[in-house]
Amino acid sequence: MDTESKKKTSDVCPGSKDKALGLNEVKQKLTEARGPKYWRTLDELAQTPEFEEMLHREFPRHASEWTDKASRRDFLKVMSASLALAGLSACTKQPLEPIVPYVRQPEQLTLGKPLFFASAMPMGAYSVPVLVESHEGRPTKIEGNPQHPATLGGTDVYSQSSVLTMYDPDRSQSAMFNGEARPWADFVTAIRPTIEKVRANGGAGLRFLTGATSSPSFVAHMRELQKAFPQSKWYQWEPVNRDNVYAGAAAAFGQPVETVYDFSKAKVVLSLDGDFLTSGFPGFHRYARQFAAQRRPELKEQMLRFYAVESTPTNTGGKADHRLRLKASEIENFARAVASQLGVGGAGGSLSGEQQKFAQAVVKDLQANRGRAVVVVGDSQPAAVHALAHAMNAALGAAGQTVFHTDPIDANAGAGKVDQLKTLVGEMNTGNIELLVMMGVNPMYDAPADVNFLDAMNKVATRVHHGLYFDETAKFCHWHLNGTHYLESWGDVRAFDGTVSLIQPLIAPLYGGRSEYELVSVFLNQPDMSTFEVVQRYWQSQPGAGDFNTWWRSALHDGFIRDTALPRRTVAATGAVPPPQPTQGGGFELAFRRDPTVYDGRFANNGWLQETPKPMTQITWDNPVLLSVATAKKLGVATESVLEIEVEGRKVKGAVWVTPGHPDDAATVYLGYGRDNAGRVGSGLGFNAYKLRASGTPWIVTNAKVRGTGETYQLASPQGHQSMEGRALVRAATLEEFIKNPAFAHEMAEAPAPGLTLYEAYEYKEHKWGMAIDQNSCIGCKTCVVACQAENNIPVVGKLEVKRGRHMNWLRVDTYHEGTAENPKTYFQPVPCMHCENAPCEVVCPVNATVHSTEGLNDMVYNRCVGTRYCSNNCPYKVRRFNFLLYTDWTTPQLKLLNNPDVTVRSRGVMEKCTFCVQRITHGRIAAEEQNRKVADGEVLTACQQACPADAIVFGDMNDKDSRVSKLKASTRNYGLLEDLNTRPRTTYLAAVRNPNPELES
Amino acid sequence: MEESQEIKDSVRLERLLPGQTPVLVPGHSFGTVTDKIVGIVLRRPVTLGWLVGFAIVFGLLNLLGLAVVYLVFRGTGIWGINVPVGWGFAIINFVWWVGIGHAGTLISAILLLLKQNWRNSINRFAEAMTLFAVACAAIFPLIHTGRPWLAAYWLFPYPNTMGMWPQFRSPLIWDVFAVSTYATISALFWFIGLLPDLATFRDTAKNPWARKIYGLLSMGWRGSARHWKRYESAYLLLAGLATPLVLSVHTVVSFDFAVSIIPGWHATIFPPYFVAGAIYSGFAMVLVLAIPIRAFYGVKDMITDRHLDNAAKVMLGTGLIVAYGYGMELFFAWYSGNGFERFMMKNRMFGPYAWAYWSLIIFNVLIPQVLWLRKVRLSPVRLFMTSIVVLIGMWLERFVIVVTSLHRDFLPSSWGHYVATRWDWATYIGTLGLFLTAMFLFIRVMPMITIFEMRMLLPESRVAPEEVAAHD
Amino acid sequence: MNTIAKASIVAALLLVGGLLWAALQMQRSPYYTYAGVAKAQPVAFSHQHHYTGLGIDCRYCHTSVESSSFAGIPPTKTCMNCHSQIWTNAPMLEPVRESFRTGKSLVWTRVHDLPDFVYFDHSIHVNKGVGCDSCHGPVDKMPLTWQHASLQMEWCLNCHRAPEKFLRPSKVQGSDENQIFNMAYEQPTTAKPVVLPDGQKFTDQETLGKYLITANKVRSVADITSCNTCHR
Repeated sequence: MDTESKKKTSDVCPGSKDKALGLNEVKQKLTEARGPKYWRTLDELAQTPEFEEMLHREFPRHASEWTDKASRRDFLKVMSASLALAGLSACTKQPLEPIVPYVRQPEQLTLGKPLFFASAMPMGAYSVPVLVESHEGRPTKIEGNPQHPATLGGTDVYSQSSVLTMYDPDRSQSAMFNGEARPWADFVTAIRPTIEKVRANGGAGLRFLTGATSSPSFVAHMRELQKAFPQSKWYQWEPVNRDNVYAGAAAAFGQPVETVYDFSKAKVVLSLDGDFLTSGFPGFHRYARQFAAQRRPELKEQMLRFYAVESTPTNTGGKADHRLRLKASEIENFARAVASQLGVGGAGGSLSGEQQKFAQAVVKDLQANRGRAVVVVGDSQPAAVHALAHAMNAALGAAGQTVFHTDPIDANAGAGKVDQLKTLVGEMNTGNIELLVMMGVNPMYDAPADVNFLDAMNKVATRVHHGLYFDETAKFCHWHLNGTHYLESWGDVRAFDGTVSLIQPLIAPLYGGRSEYELVSVFLNQPDMSTFEVVQRYWQSQPGAGDFNTWWRSALHDGFIRDTALPRRTVAATGAVPPPQPTQGGGFELAFRRDPTVYDGRFANNGWLQETPKPMTQITWDNPVLLSVATAKKLGVATESVLEIEVEGRKVKGAVWVTPGHPDDAATVYLGYGRDNAGRVGSGLGFNAYKLRASGTPWIVTNAKVRGTGETYQLASPQGHQSMEGRALVRAATLEEFIKNPAFAHEMAEAPAPGLTLYEAYEYKEHKWGMAIDQNSCIGCKTCVVACQAENNIPVVGKLEVKRGRHMNWLRVDTYHEGTAENPKTYFQPVPCMHCENAPCEVVCPVNATVHSTEGLNDMVYNRCVGTRYCSNNCPYKVRRFNFLLYTDWTTPQLKLLNNPDVTVRSRGVMEKCTFCVQRITHGRIAAEEQNRKVADGEVLTACQQACPADAIVFGDMNDKDSRVSKLKASTRNYGLLEDLNTRPRTTYLAAVRNPNPELES
Repeated sequence: MEESQEIKDSVRLERLLPGQTPVLVPGHSFGTVTDKIVGIVLRRPVTLGWLVGFAIVFGLLNLLGLAVVYLVFRGTGIWGINVPVGWGFAIINFVWWVGIGHAGTLISAILLLLKQNWRNSINRFAEAMTLFAVACAAIFPLIHTGRPWLAAYWLFPYPNTMGMWPQFRSPLIWDVFAVSTYATISALFWFIGLLPDLATFRDTAKNPWARKIYGLLSMGWRGSARHWKRYESAYLLLAGLATPLVLSVHTVVSFDFAVSIIPGWHATIFPPYFVAGAIYSGFAMVLVLAIPIRAFYGVKDMITDRHLDNAAKVMLGTGLIVAYGYGMELFFAWYSGNGFERFMMKNRMFGPYAWAYWSLIIFNVLIPQVLWLRKVRLSPVRLFMTSIVVLIGMWLERFVIVVTSLHRDFLPSSWGHYVATRWDWATYIGTLGLFLTAMFLFIRVMPMITIFEMRMLLPESRVAPEEVAAHD
Repeated sequence: MNTIAKASIVAALLLVGGLLWAALQMQRSPYYTYAGVAKAQPVAFSHQHHYTGLGIDCRYCHTSVESSSFAGIPPTKTCMNCHSQIWTNAPMLEPVRESFRTGKSLVWTRVHDLPDFVYFDHSIHVNKGVGCDSCHGPVDKMPLTWQHASLQMEWCLNCHRAPEKFLRPSKVQGSDENQIFNMAYEQPTTAKPVVLPDGQKFTDQETLGKYLITANKVRSVADITSCNTCHR
């Protein structure tokens, strides 16, 4: 990078050493920091070596501070540390504190009580309906919306972490012209002549590039704009797109339709790389809930059976009863074979013995369950496979039973995203484009490698970029306009079933951003029209039910607009299936995947997501190159050795992660890493897989070359060891065994009788809290981990500290493999604190910092803790986390606003751990007591439980015999982890039960 | 007066086995003994060798200072510890130093009660060694905590405005009491034993300041019969008090581990095996100090080969008990039939830290067997080397116990690895600096050998019963 | 020498004892706890005047005391409800008017400031029969407000370990005033018994407290001294 661009990348949080806490103070600081003054200081700063160092640092700032060499930052940290320690120690004199009342207090606000607002988080064309918790105007936590038909209250890692992105100090702070901060007004005046110029010839020189959208009001707004500029064009680009899905549907039905599954009626599911249990798959939330419900072994023979044919091992495949590992390119062949055996799709491909056996069993099972079978295909599979799946589903009578079709959610599903981008680039290259406006896209980073977007851009006279970050694309634009986060602005968006949610702002734009709507309004000569007006005007124009205001209020209150789900359509399968394409040169195969945590890279600067161990691999802060054990051996590489991957002359280097269950002679690379301008957290992590990705082969490359470089690169995984060492940790059986012996779990380890202890037993008069986790339901998606982090102010420690074994997550999802490295069984085990009845940690703490509460909780008293770490040593579950250094950011004002005020912010030298969300218990109890009643079952939900899309975690009062948790604990599958140690954990597990097909079990 | 009587008798009735060197080479008189020991401090000039040595160890002491200051500013994260390995060098060093601290009191108290008069010439600096070792040890329990300032306050919670008290079920609390008691008693014992000699210094010193200081320290000792009577009873009482402590301290320290549930810690053999190990390393340290000192200060006639021989024998004995301890651990792991225990033992012997386990076996069990040979016991150099080996071995023992037990416990998902950082090493080496600095100063300003007890070894001191009777 | 030596022993003991005593005094001193120290405020607001003088109920300003953890500090609007009518140009009220004009909040100095790791909830205390003055002292006699109690943990535990010593009924016979907010409420004595609306008569706090514990369903002492009652 040239120093010029460095200065731009360094558009970091101004006033980040600010101590003020009030929202207003913070905002003021930020405004002060903007403008010439700030830039002067930055330029000065740019000379200093620390500054250079900060730009070049390999690890994000949260991490880099923990390297042993003390730096300038450290000193500031230390200063604030002493402050923090004072806060926690209680043996220092308290400084005087101001208290600042409102001038006019909003009616619905009660100081000290949070408010919840319904909204929705857009993800491309789809969305996650949410309830946002707000404390005195600060959004602090995202919850699912249980009323919403599309998600049934589930969330995912992206929505849970979105609140951090909103406060992200690295977001761009102002509009910029050639990297110079300018007020928005300047842009409006400056762009005026250009607009008039393009208006002259009907907008022929005007192009818009946005992400995929389903927002009715925004689409309407754009249409209006296109009326004003008839010649202008609006293209959409998504690096992780559904082109294949719509193309497949078009092939099968003659039109691109949306495909929606209903697993609640399913008995047999065949997935062809269809990762419908992985965050980011449209419909993930509802599918996870329905799938888990159908997987209850209590259903006996009716229990759902799941066959997964997978290339890259995903947590979806981990839940499969039978998993066939195939190269991504071989799956089409397999699909054709199955299809032909089902009597559709013409000639079938030829299969190897093993595959043939698998296929036959699957076919038999599918046919045996006509009307209750589903074939699910992943977005990364070619259109042909989707077409085949539609044919198969039709043949299996699934259509109308377990598979439904609606009009596409994506407002512009007709043309593929890749084609749209290429068309745009073609037009740009003609040099006739005067003005290019890019909103929420980053093609300079994620455009296909064979599309030279930079050259094309240089042929465009005026380039405008609108987005949350001053990113790779913004760098090359004349104007960058800082956008608004969905928590900061109005809007609307559809869920995967079409239901529209209104997006309402929880807070005024923290960094003074402007929404896309406002940008478009500028072109409509209505620069002062607010987003709210645009959105409301659109819905007023719609045929609403009765009085608009009541309608509007109820829509806002519910978080969705009733009866806006797209009508189900019956489409006739044409039966036409594209013929097999000859795959180019059978070289080494490469599969591209969206990253399970940072998605396509848009969340790269989110520390929570970076530190969330990725499902299956458990890697944090990086994107590995996945190889099978055999292939790694063949290439003479091992985990952490650097591999050079070459595709048509384009080369990247990435670190290997040897992965059980990965197909041989193939590698998987994840998109979304190797960013230059993501921010201080996300820049410079991993490698950029987009460099290998060509427009023709977006998901699968079959002519790659790989070679070990002999270098090594450290990958940080909090779970280095994924074998159970023959210990009965996750207890599992087959359905057959379970039906024969429902209590199998108890015969796998002895559980000492209660009372085998020298201390007298506790008695619980009021409540007796407990948790039950169904390992059959858990899909290992990690949503609970992020939810816990958000709820409990858990700090981000950075890659280096994770590598050192100091990650702070209170709740982890242990992932174990069992069986062969080629085709292992996988188990997910969420491990929070067990709140043991005989807690080993309690007796060894010298200062009573961890004690047994009268409701059975194992309290952790931070202010009492002196940090001997004895409790952690003595905890057999190793759920305790220690602040070895000052991990919490006590200096960045925005991040202080993010904190949950009901949970103590921990400082250095203090042990912490899962509290069963004691703050929620307390609130629930107090609320109940004030109404002179007992806490009702389900009134107190832990953060992990509330976030779980699969409803795998149940918390409640074990004294109440009718509570859900008591019922689950009464189940024969219920057992305690390491219960033979006589710790008597009150978090217990329901044993996993698989439902294998006897024909394949051998 | 019986006790003192017995002591005198024991001295008088000393019989030398054939070929055994006496504990005090003949040819000394009251005068020469006093003169020689006093001379080392009061007349001998500060030698270059002493200065250089002191400079080095003082440098190391400053390293400790640096390490601790940095620790307080940055937090325990500067060390290699993590989850699951929550304890590292700090606790290893603590146990190691406390162990070393056992020899002194053992020699001065237990051997006194056992009437081992050969102790007389080595007990003084052995006690000093004990004090300094305990001082080094005492640093760690405090600084290894996340918030030392609070740890100090809440383990001794006065003034207490919280209505909260420490938790007495925790072995760490027992530790605090055990070690502090031990330190107090040892200090008293040492100081009381010093009184007569300090008086001697006061009387012989020329320098007025020296006279004043020694005078103040000797607390008006005039050596009257009354003083001696009081002294004898006090000394014996303290010896009686100190004796159980020698056993209790390391027993309690071993509880830190034995009381927990971690495989490799949770073992009933720990108390005896820790105490033996402590004495083992303690005597090793005594020899490591005694051998050079007697060479440099030419007191071979007072610290004779007889002493080395006896110390070596004690080492051999305790060493064998320790070896038995290792054997028992192995046996338990197998006999308990507990999968976790068995895995732990396998992991110790063949896991990532196998090097530590096997070198521990070599250093602590195999090499020390040379002590069976009289040739080795009587050769200062060989003995010195063996002692060093034992000291390293005992440190490794604690490393193996702490690290290998923790890094792979119950849930494979949480297994980890421990690597010491440069700050771990700095702290450890720093305490060596503290220890040696104190030793250097002690030798310069205090009688490192008990004058009056040496005199009691002289034939002249052997009074006839009738004289004794006349005294009373 | 001899005497010096002996003296040194005594001196050492005295020194240690003295230091400990000093620390004890220090720890509980108003300098340290702020107890009884009136803090300077932008506007010299007098609870005495507004409560005793004008008879305004606590809840007129501290609106959320019965429903929220935070009793609530009145917005400028609340002041202006009256002061837009009376004392409309009293110089001492200028900051209030200015705040109302400019929309900039008044910045008061917090009087009762618990450490950040302590979670106190007003609503539950008020609902269970803890009167304002039990913790806040004679606010009705405070021209400038000061903190009445030390707010140290031992002080909290005084009540949490023996709530019966402090609880009071919300309603008593012959008065429709809520006694929780009645600064003049007095604990029952044989001379001045407390009579509940249903006619029950109590002549000593002990029995009244015990009765209220059951009546108000106050959780057991073990419950309310569990760490998570105040720390999370």
